[in-house]
Amino acid sequence: MKVALFVPCYVDQFYPQVGIASLQLLEKLGVKAEFPAAQTCCGQPLANSGCEKDALPIYRHYVDTFSDYDYVVAPSGSCVYHVRKHFDKLEQTPAVQQVRTSAYDLIDFITTVLGVTEIPGTFPHRVGLHLSCHGQRGLHQANESEITPVRDGQLRRLLGSLNGIELTELDRNDECCGFGGTFCVSEAAISARMGQDRVADHERNGTTVLTGGDMSCLMHLEGIVRRRQLPMRVLHAAEILNGTLS
Amino acid sequence: MNHATRAAKFVGDADRTTWHDETLWFVRAKRDKAVYAVPEFQDLRELASQIKDHTLSKLDTYLEQFEEQAKRNGVHIHWAADAAEHNAIILDIIRQHNATRVVKSKSMLTEECHLNPHLLSNGIEVVDTDLGERIIQLRDEAPSHLVLPAIHLKKEDVGETFFKHLGTAKGEVDPQVLTEAARQHLRARFLAAEVAISGVNFAVAETGGVVVCTNEGNADLGVNLAHVHIAAMGIEKLIPRLSDLAVFTRLLARSATGQPVTTYTSHYTKPAAGKEMHIVIVDNGRTKQLGRPDFRASLKCIRCGACMNTCPVYRRSGGHSYDFTVPGPIGAILSPNIDMKKHSSLPFASTLCGSCSDVCPVKIDIHTQLYKWRQVLGEANEIPASKKWSMKLMGRLLTSPKAFGVGGKLARHGIKYLPYSLTHARHFNVWAVARELPTPPKQSFREWYQQQANTPA
Ligand code: SF4
Repeated sequence: MKVALFVPCYVDQFYPQVGIASLQLLEKLGVKAEFPAAQTCCGQPLANSGCEKDALPIYRHYVDTFSDYDYVVAPSGSCVYHVRKHFDKLEQTPAVQQVRTSAYDLIDFITTVLGVTEIPGTFPHRVGLHLSCHGQRGLHQANESEITPVRDGQLRRLLGSLNGIELTELDRNDECCGFGGTFCVSEAAISARMGQDRVADHERNGTTVLTGGDMSCLMHLEGIVRRRQLPMRVLHAAEILNGTLS
Repeated sequence: MNHATRAAKFVGDADRTTWHDETLWFVRAKRDKAVYAVPEFQDLRELASQIKDHTLSKLDTYLEQFEEQAKRNGVHIHWAADAAEHNAIILDIIRQHNATRVVKSKSMLTEECHLNPHLLSNGIEVVDTDLGERIIQLRDEAPSHLVLPAIHLKKEDVGETFFKHLGTAKGEVDPQVLTEAARQHLRARFLAAEVAISGVNFAVAETGGVVVCTNEGNADLGVNLAHVHIAAMGIEKLIPRLSDLAVFTRLLARSATGQPVTTYTSHYTKPAAGKEMHIVIVDNGRTKQLGRPDFRASLKCIRCGACMNTCPVYRRSGGHSYDFTVPGPIGAILSPNIDMKKHSSLPFASTLCGSCSDVCPVKIDIHTQLYKWRQVLGEANEIPASKKWSMKLMGRLLTSPKAFGVGGKLARHGIKYLPYSLTHARHFNVWAVARELPTPPKQSFREWYQQQANTPA
């Protein structure tokens, strides 16, 4: 199985530890992933801004970089969703189709492709999940509260298998954090307020470690946690799962 | 002014925003409970969606069938291509009866067509009879929600309005007292009205009848007291058969307010003895939307308001921030059809979280359409030039791995070496107004990976 790791631009620059944890976690689960150096971005920021046409060369570059792999794994559901859903704008060559079907969010890959349901380890903390909208509703990695009251999902199950972990029950299970890519800039006021409300829900319900599968939401939430100087750590789920495996 | 500017103004009042958000979330939660209790709810959604798709695909046939049936029932049918025609037709009917006093029960279509100012400027007194509608009419404001038109107002605001217009005591905030005052005030209007205007929730092609769903029963009171009933409907309100109706009535109230069904579901098929009934069928941009394959599904909307209640942006920015008759996510995909320039910021007033599509009882792919509108607007040069150019530049940068590496490094070091006051200056970086920037690490992942590769194991 030939697996490539896709590290989104902001993770590369600001959260290298998330890329490292993803790589190491995969390795511990028996998958040796490569990091193709030519990779840049999936083009989502442009497309979400209404500039899909300008993003097409990026899409093509992405396909050129990754089409030789069986799987492309990323610690971000949002980028994966974008590749799967919006690369329909390219001519559907076998390479493009390959990349679209092989793109996986890290947690989805571990659960669906590797079939891993439990991670041995201990993490004695009160952990709050931030479900990313693209992961949850876009990639169906978790139940949606609009449809069912049952709270279940890939990440919830994986984390739940750790010893000593306590998962926070939130008032609003799957409300959006307000990051939304360029939304956080173009609608800065609403974005900030949404993030503050999200953090407040976790605070109210006792989260001490805030985690999720999508680093973009977490970057936004971390910015708020740090501004408010809350005693709350923000970690990507890969960091938690990787740490407990060693 | 764009959505972001108006939204920033709304969210600037933190307490009101909290209250607005929590009130609407409460309605969303009520909706959830009502929905979970119906095991076949998702099947109903699917069915409703299919019925609407089917109807839209044969809309001309069903409209003709509807007209024919309604005429057979003794109803006068009028066709209006746009708002101006709609207003002219209604004024004409009122004048034919030498009437000057009109009551109206919530109809978003007449809002959309700006009927009230038109009638008022022609010497007709028109009174909205739903409580929420009446409150905002007295304040000379537009509705801020489809189902809860005055949801942006607190009871203090209502007290103030009634003190000014209905003579209640200053500082009165007791909902009971205020509602009673409104009731007394409206009763006189009901009794005096010569013409009653109502909206239409569903129009049944098979029977030629229209169905109006209300909780206050004001539509019925108005229609039954007045001599003339005028129902105004958009062409998209049709459903083929009476038996289809049950699917929609089961979905509508649950999605809107979490009730199993609205308090009143009134069928109007023919005029009562000695009275007159008119139906005005309005296009006003709808066939244009029907002709846009990517956005046609937006015409399936049954105006339940669920997408607004669930939308985290709507809840924090208020309905008026959309500056369109239908606010929220659905409004953001209907409005650019009407005026692309004026409403160009609305499709961007979303994080594309997708919750709207998931609650929508007729399964409109709202967030996908928002995304598509963005592309249409980008192509039509209706997005800010600065954004357009920075995206073009970014497009070039992101196809070159080398430039990408250097650019990233610059960004990272830029944050590290620039003084805090600069990186967190409001005008340079809106991100930093409410959030800390990430602490730049020593090494990028790329650099770390390279180093690993160079270090023999
Ligand atoms: S788009 Fe759907 S959820 Fe929104 S008001 Fe219309 S029917 Fe209701």
